[in-house]
Amino acid sequence: MAAERPLLEVENLRTYFDTPRGILKAVDGVSFTLDKGETIGIVGESGSGKSVLVRSIMNILTSNAIIPDGSEVFFDGKDTRNLSRSEAKHFWGTQMAMIFQDPMTSLNPVKKVGIQITESIRYHLGASKQEAMERALELMVQVGIPEPRKRLKEYPHQLSGGMRQRVTIAIALACNPKLLIADEPTTALDVTVQKQILDLLASLQEELGMAMILITHDLGVVAGRARRIGVMYAGKMVETADTTTLFHHMNHPYTEALFKSIPRVEHQSHTRLDAISGRPPDMVLDLVGCRFAPRCRYAQEQCITDEPDLFDTGQTGHRQACFYPVGSPENAEALAANQATGITAAGLDLTAAAVS
Amino acid sequence: MAGTGKVHMRGTEALVSVEDLVMEFPAGRRAVVHAVSGISFDILEGETLGLVGESGCGKSTTGRAMMQLPSPTAGSVRFDGVEMTELSKEDLRRTRTRMQMIFQDPISSLNPRRKVKDIVAEGLSIWHNDAGDTAVQKVNEVLDAVGLDPEVVSDRRPHQFSGGQCQRICIARALVLDPKVIICDEPVSALDVSVQAQILNLLEEMKERYGLTLVFIAHDLAVVKNVSDRVVVMYLGKVCEVAGPDTLYAHPAHPYTDVLLASIPEPDPDHPVSDRQITGELPSPINPPSGCRFRTRCEKVQDLCSEEEPELREIAPDHFVACHFPNEVPVSVNGN
Ligand SMILES: Nc1ncnc2c1ncn2[C@@H]1O[C@H](COP(=O)(O)OP(=O)(O)OP(=O)(O)O)[C@@H](O)[C@H]1O
Ligand SMILES: Nc1ncnc2c1ncn2[C@@H]1O[C@H](COP(=O)(O)OP(=O)(O)O)[C@@H](O)[C@H]1O
Ligand code: SF4
Ligand code: SF4
Ligand SMILES: [Mg+2]
Ligand SMILES: [Mg+2]
Repeated sequence: MAAERPLLEVENLRTYFDTPRGILKAVDGVSFTLDKGETIGIVGESGSGKSVLVRSIMNILTSNAIIPDGSEVFFDGKDTRNLSRSEAKHFWGTQMAMIFQDPMTSLNPVKKVGIQITESIRYHLGASKQEAMERALELMVQVGIPEPRKRLKEYPHQLSGGMRQRVTIAIALACNPKLLIADEPTTALDVTVQKQILDLLASLQEELGMAMILITHDLGVVAGRARRIGVMYAGKMVETADTTTLFHHMNHPYTEALFKSIPRVEHQSHTRLDAISGRPPDMVLDLVGCRFAPRCRYAQEQCITDEPDLFDTGQTGHRQACFYPVGSPENAEALAANQATGITAAGLDLTAAAVS
Repeated sequence: MAGTGKVHMRGTEALVSVEDLVMEFPAGRRAVVHAVSGISFDILEGETLGLVGESGCGKSTTGRAMMQLPSPTAGSVRFDGVEMTELSKEDLRRTRTRMQMIFQDPISSLNPRRKVKDIVAEGLSIWHNDAGDTAVQKVNEVLDAVGLDPEVVSDRRPHQFSGGQCQRICIARALVLDPKVIICDEPVSALDVSVQAQILNLLEEMKERYGLTLVFIAHDLAVVKNVSDRVVVMYLGKVCEVAGPDTLYAHPAHPYTDVLLASIPEPDPDHPVSDRQITGELPSPINPPSGCRFRTRCEKVQDLCSEEEPELREIAPDHFVACHFPNEVPVSVNGN
């Protein structure tokens, strides 16, 4: 039996924006696939291109976006760029749906919750008002909203942040999409509610067999939730692996740095955090060499002149883009050399405290 | 008294003591929001006190009430021997320079039209009539201290900066007045983990360098633990538990602390996601549950919990809990 084609295939996707300052390369050659029912976590700092990546997949970019030739997105075997307008309209909602960091961006503040859920059901499924209302109630129960009948008649501002996010999940699920894209769904919520929402997404996913792209800036959020993880930096995927491999054999210095910056509750209080110094590069510039080099403890001459490509590490499904992968002898040598001079080839001062 | 007890107070040696703090807001038709209902805590000089709890439990209200923004409905806030709630307007304005606050949303708490140097100098010109060279020097010093190059940033405006950099500007603005106490209200909640680590480290450095006393408010116990010397766990306007951060982690006594700990996402795929999840929603502070306010969501609830409010009591040295049926903790733990 031939292997089933993945649900989603993203091939060398590039998304540029025409801005007053020049061409901003928000996503610059990202490839990955996602199987039916599978979850991939996409992790990276603010501005690394996570949202633009999924907006490109959803085909909901602003008009200043440029997608250079050669970028491909196949969903269920279909090239999403070739969809007709009417096909595209029904595509969101029925095939793919998205939830956002701030639930208010997808909710209308002046419409009752019930109307907002039923609207999308009626639009996509052509259901009657009555049928749509019943389905809405069912969804409210499914996403764990107490007193669903009462809540349907309320406005978004009458709900807590967690409840609002549940409502957007209900709307996203209304038409049984095959793929749910969750763009930092819990970043604006506190940890207890974050836990509730992540648990909810996991159980819904199991129940409905959806695939999911879970975006976050916190490796902790995806560790227990995603089967695979892709780490993005400055518009590029710098490491991908299944979750266990990624955590046990972190290869890319950026992945390692993200991991180390998390405060761990099991560490003694006042443990100094290994913050990543500096900030991601300005993506309007023509970037040469490794994009992480200015912030990387291991950077060598080669990192400044050559751009590392994503390549297989030899472990199944584990790919990474670094010349001096963490854990390798070359990496240890690079660090020793930099520590000896106190400065990396890219000018990062290793003697100063790791913060400022 | 409706308070949750004061056995954890350390008496006169504290720099700040908050006692029986109550904050209520009218909510129309004779309804009242019971935002904070009789909480007490104190802070020693040079200490960082963490305030942790979920959204709506009254953390910000407590922080603002300490600053008298607005003054509490009832209760006392003593700061360096002065009763803040009884100060005249003018004295209060002076005292407030020594107690500063920074907020969760760094970008929106900066005036977008002003230059960074003017934002940071704002307090100076108001408080010390301190224009000219000394002011410029002071502004440059604090900008430098928070890791911003004064030459590069002074003439720029906030929108040119990232969230993390804006938070540095806010910290500089607070530092410029040489405060004794800084109340940090969720200073890292809106930031990426990588930037969060930079700001947490920076706060620790500033505390050291300027001899600060900090109140650190957050909803994530892992974050609070990293910077705090003592932690107060709050729920729906009440105090649940008070202890050193390491004790709190090793031996949580209150069922709500258990939940907070179980909610922290572990960056470790071998660590199974806890099946403990807080059930339901925070009850309305307009009509809080009788007895123990956590009882509607507590796994260990008994009849007594709705009848009688648990008072804070010491269950181990320097470890206090307000629960009728707390978790067992070893009594002989050696500090934290
Ligand atoms: N000015 C006000 N008028 C009416 N109610 C208020 C006012 N300020 C706060 N509250 C209410 O008091 C309670 C505590 O609010 P507070 O902002 O202190 O919570 P918090 O713990 O800081 O939460 P968050 O994590 O959301 O910042 C909430 O129920 C809030 O709605
Ligand atoms: N519509 C747009 N026009 C111009 N630039 C954009 C647009 N949307 C995003 N960008 C830029 O693309 C980069 C990546 O952004 P984004 O995908 O939102 O990052 P993330 O979601 O990882 O935080 C950023 O530099 C951002 O400013
Ligand atoms: S070692 Fe070089 S290639 Fe690898 S992340 Fe650092 S700068 Fe990039
Ligand atoms: S007093 Fe009762 S309801 Fe409250 S936390 Fe303790 S066991 Fe739970
Ligand atoms: Mg984003
Ligand atoms: Mg608050």
